[in-house]
Amino acid sequence: MMDFIVIPILALLAATAVTVARIRNLWAAVMFTGIYSFLSASWMLILDAPDVAFTEAAVGAGITTILMLATLSLTPRRHRKSGRLSSEDFEERPSKSPLFPLLIVTITGCALVYGTFDMPHFGDPNAPIQVYPQPSFVEKSQPDMHGLPNVVTAVLASYRGYDTLGETAVIFTAGIAVLLILRKNTDDQGSSESQSVTGENA
Amino acid sequence: MNSFPIIRVITKLLIPYILLFGLYVQFHGDFGPGGGFQAGVIFAAALILYGLVYGLPAVHKVAPPKVIEKLTALGLLVYAGTGLVCMLLGGNFLDYDVLNHGILTELPTFLDFQPGDKPNHFLPEGQHLGIFLVELGVGITVTAVMTMIFYAFAGRERVTS
Repeated sequence: MMDFIVIPILALLAATAVTVARIRNLWAAVMFTGIYSFLSASWMLILDAPDVAFTEAAVGAGITTILMLATLSLTPRRHRKSGRLSSEDFEERPSKSPLFPLLIVTITGCALVYGTFDMPHFGDPNAPIQVYPQPSFVEKSQPDMHGLPNVVTAVLASYRGYDTLGETAVIFTAGIAVLLILRKNTDDQGSSESQSVTGENA
Repeated sequence: MNSFPIIRVITKLLIPYILLFGLYVQFHGDFGPGGGFQAGVIFAAALILYGLVYGLPAVHKVAPPKVIEKLTALGLLVYAGTGLVCMLLGGNFLDYDVLNHGILTELPTFLDFQPGDKPNHFLPEGQHLGIFLVELGVGITVTAVMTMIFYAFAGRERVTS
């Protein structure tokens, strides 16, 4: 029964990925990455990871797509010659034979597929992920957390609280860095460099 | 987007529910799927949607950039502050067990709450309170950072070539 949902979603994921790689129009490619994120979110939901699905839908499909579109609208298309985008706008076409890259990609792909043979089967109870950190986290978290049922939150916020503090600090630092690079200087001092990059309104 | 009445109306209908869902994911994260990061991005997505449809000045009125910038640091301070409070109360850093306060941890009896087998948390304490505060800090920081990045992108002007 589940296969009727799983197989179409995986097929659509593969088709979308190929489309993103092949399509030459950047706007369409960004929209396809958004579609890819939505499909991944559905896939996460099937894998019983609704919190990851939330994140993927909100960040991958929503915010990232908007930021990519914003970037596209801010950057000039230097290669543009005519009014419409065409494949000639992207001039970095490989002139050599594609056989050598194809060979490398095939070998790498075979190596990766070979590597997956060592991985445990999906849902295998003896897989390291089920065995290694010991099921004791699941057993301990109920009394430790005074009955909070969500073990994921307990591990993230309490057992590994220090890690999460570091992650929050990383998000904070990244935000500050983006702000420092991108913020439009409203005051006059120190804004000469940013002004020359910004130019005048199109 | 002034010329798209359908988008404007539907956005206005959707945003309260997105915000409500964000709050649910934030404060129900200890019981169900979710948590601070997820709630933060959902909340930021609502703000960004508002900014996309109604324009940057409108969303600046709702969430002024100066406030957002300060919220970025506030979330991290709430997180680290929780850890420091734990230390001041005599525990280890981020060891929430010392946050037990014993005030109103159970529902008052006049509310006629059916006593279940689990402790009913009227006011959270201990680990529950610590997780609550920490997730709140994460949520504030993530919302603020995502919104701030959107402001930074949307506030720039197009480069002409």
